[in-house]
Amino acid sequence: MIELAQVQKRFGENRVLQGVTLTIASGTSMVIIGGSGTGKSVLLKCILGLVRPDSGMITLDGQDVTKADRDAFLARFGMLFQGGALFDSLRVWENVAFRLLRGPKALPKAQAREIAIEKLRRVGLKPATADLFPAELSGGMQKRVGLARAIAAEPEIIFFDEPTTGLDPIMAGVINDLIREIVVEMGATAMTITHDMSSVRAIADNVAMLHGGVIRWTGPVGEMDATPDPYVQQFIHGRAEGPIEAVR
Amino acid sequence: MIEATLGSLGRPVLQAVAAVGRVALFALQVVGHILRPPFYLRELGSSLVQIGWHSLPVVGLTAIFTGGALALQIYAGGSRFNAESVVPSIVAIGMTRELGPVLGGLMVAARVASSIAAEIGTMKVTEQIDALVTLSTNPLKYLAVPRVVAATLAMPVLVAVGDAIGIMGGWLVGITRLDFNSAAYLKNTVDFLEVWDIGSGLVKGAVFGFIVALMGCYHGMNSARGAQGVGAATKAAVVSASVLILAANYILTEAFFSS
Repeated sequence: MIELAQVQKRFGENRVLQGVTLTIASGTSMVIIGGSGTGKSVLLKCILGLVRPDSGMITLDGQDVTKADRDAFLARFGMLFQGGALFDSLRVWENVAFRLLRGPKALPKAQAREIAIEKLRRVGLKPATADLFPAELSGGMQKRVGLARAIAAEPEIIFFDEPTTGLDPIMAGVINDLIREIVVEMGATAMTITHDMSSVRAIADNVAMLHGGVIRWTGPVGEMDATPDPYVQQFIHGRAEGPIEAVR
Repeated sequence: MIEATLGSLGRPVLQAVAAVGRVALFALQVVGHILRPPFYLRELGSSLVQIGWHSLPVVGLTAIFTGGALALQIYAGGSRFNAESVVPSIVAIGMTRELGPVLGGLMVAARVASSIAAEIGTMKVTEQIDALVTLSTNPLKYLAVPRVVAATLAMPVLVAVGDAIGIMGGWLVGITRLDFNSAAYLKNTVDFLEVWDIGSGLVKGAVFGFIVALMGCYHGMNSARGAQGVGAATKAAVVSASVLILAANYILTEAFFSS
């Protein structure tokens, strides 16, 4: 279980997170929604330790993440980055098997390659893709490779940062379905940040809306449409009028 | 009024001191990681090829033209007091002690520091460095250490090759344009050249290689967002590496040769 208590983070005068409190139960899929620039990515990076919060506490299974052994902590995570963040200089299979080839539990190259090809197949890519470089792939294929890399070491927790941004609606649907299938199949805890409502409905067990640096609303995805919260209603229906200023 | 003036002078000084401190800490971190596992040998090999092998043409071309021009200048200057015969020895000493390492270092700074800064800067803005962290890999160890080690090892070799080509450039000009006898030119070169002339240049080369890769990595890892940020990091890497090479060259020359 991931718990955030009163997490705050500011960059100069910009108070991005102003006291975020949120609980993500093990084995569930939490989707964080919110407008651009509301701090969704910062929140995710705070959990991973890529950004250090100014105050508040983040715990994983009751243990303060800032005091955990970094390697052991990170070994429990997989992450799909918004732009894929694939390493340009490495072939696709080396990207997917990156973690498997390094560290104290490093696998032999042939075995790591075999697992990478299996994971590529799992996300719908042919084995021939394995020897290409990321620059030779389309945006949708890069997302799939990023997803294969995120699941390669079979992590307990997977983070998805804007998984469908920049994709056409059909490819976005394919990625959403893949994420849902993989999360269910692996029994992983998932945390996704997005402002794509089709992703929310496809991926989420629970939804939390981040606005004004705090969690404005959280609840099961089935209750999202019925909530009277005007911020949530404006966001999910994409209305220009409402309490959220259209120009931020 | 005085307070404001002092304040405006003090701010850039403090910023400069802070920048020096950040670079020094970064250098210490890199050095601290060199002997600690894990070792990324594949990255080291690929950096040796990129930094060493691929820099050979530019270093060689720089050296041959410099050696030739040096021979012409020394001949013209030496003829004013009938000392034309010093051309071979002065070309050799000048190339090995100063021009080989300094010009080689500056050319490698232009080629390598810019490329390292642009590559790592792009990795930063496309979240590849964050991805490395989430994959339990220390970016400093994976990206900076192999490049710094490779540049420190490759630069003395480049300097040695540059020295040889530069001396050959002087010899070519000497025998074709200045009427030197080939055997006499080469004998003069060898007779007056000491081992430390070459050794000091190689030590300088190693220091310059360290500076070049360190500046490329430092500015790349601290690149601001976007294409403009990567461009600024690239420019800062080349400028700082070049200035530090010239400063380090003076300090090393003072340490090696001031009696």
